[in-house]
Amino acid sequence: MNVDYVLRARGLRRHYGAGPSLVRAVDGVDLAVAPGEALGIVGASGCGKSTLLHLLGGLDRPDGGELWLAGRRIDGLPEAAAARLRRRAIGFVFQSFHLVDELTARENVELPALLAGASRRAARHRAAELLDRVGLARRAGHLPAELSGGQRQRVAVARALVNDPRLLLADEPTGNLDSAAATDVLRLFDALRAEGRTLVIVTHDSRVAGATDRLITMRDGAFADQTVLARRAPGLGSLTGVDF
Amino acid sequence: MQDVVLALLAKEPSHGYELRARLQEALGPLGEELNAGQVYVTLRRLAKAGLVEARVVGQSDRPDRKVYELTPAGRDRVAAWLADVSWGRPAPAEFHLKLVAAAASRLADPVAVVDAQRRELLRRLADVQRAALAQPAGSGAALLLEGTALRLRADLTWLESCAAHWSAREE
Repeated sequence: MNVDYVLRARGLRRHYGAGPSLVRAVDGVDLAVAPGEALGIVGASGCGKSTLLHLLGGLDRPDGGELWLAGRRIDGLPEAAAARLRRRAIGFVFQSFHLVDELTARENVELPALLAGASRRAARHRAAELLDRVGLARRAGHLPAELSGGQRQRVAVARALVNDPRLLLADEPTGNLDSAAATDVLRLFDALRAEGRTLVIVTHDSRVAGATDRLITMRDGAFADQTVLARRAPGLGSLTGVDF
Repeated sequence: MQDVVLALLAKEPSHGYELRARLQEALGPLGEELNAGQVYVTLRRLAKAGLVEARVVGQSDRPDRKVYELTPAGRDRVAAWLADVSWGRPAPAEFHLKLVAAAASRLADPVAVVDAQRRELLRRLADVQRAALAQPAGSGAALLLEGTALRLRADLTWLESCAAHWSAREE
């Protein structure tokens, strides 16, 4: 069922607390992400978008609703099976990078491959390829502390891709970055989109519009509106209002 | 456009073709959209307004051509333009009135008006961001696009406040 979609959710719900302090963090979300689609979910802080991403990635469990990944029902999977699925089928990118401080960039990228059972040699080869892909081939031997924020996030993207996941989930990937580094990371996401990766990026940063095909606006735990982004290419003058 | 042409002529007099080349060099990728006709039309208007005057220079092997230079009035205008601090009126003023009117007249749901506006601004921001991602960092065009994107982002943030305000009123 639903094998046409990489990710599909129906009536997804996650509430915290009870009585007057009840928080409807995610309150009845329906979603379908097609293969190769780059979807952005934007909203103010507290709108429930991070909780939603955690539900979609199996990092948190819904109180209600149904969730499918590549046609397979995944809400309610036992924890061991959910962990296996997260490792193999989903790549995660977080706001604060979550790199292992004691490991080099290359070792950080290799780690999920080794955990998924790849040989040392295959993991090393794949990590080198991906670090080159994100423009950090020459930084492979550096520790995270020796890298800038933007470079750390690019390492995190390489790590998220090492097991060639069906789906890449990103939670505020530009949240800790200055403007130039954010642009680098968005450029990378846009390149992944162009390669046909399936992406879901949750963020308050509306600049993600430039790297996605569709944007959902979230408010109070639910989807409030959606914008489909046609790939137009107007001239610089009309973009910026410079009029000759 | 008129002011930019005047400023470049203040540096040194030029004939039309040369002026266009100087404009394109100064403007970088922005100048690609500038056609020769626009430069000549602008020069004619400036001459009519008394801000530039044309001097005909004879050439032995080609037809005569006009070299344009600034008049004193043209110099004053460039100085005034550079010193001017007026700034285009931001969109919120008019949009706020539109929402108030939509609600008061019951002709439209303000939240739906906000949603439509957000979709439009997000589409524009997507276009601007894509163009920015394609520009080399540090270029003049990238700087201009950054300004455009910042303004759109500010407006989008404000639209969320509008949406929250007007949805609370509906309940």
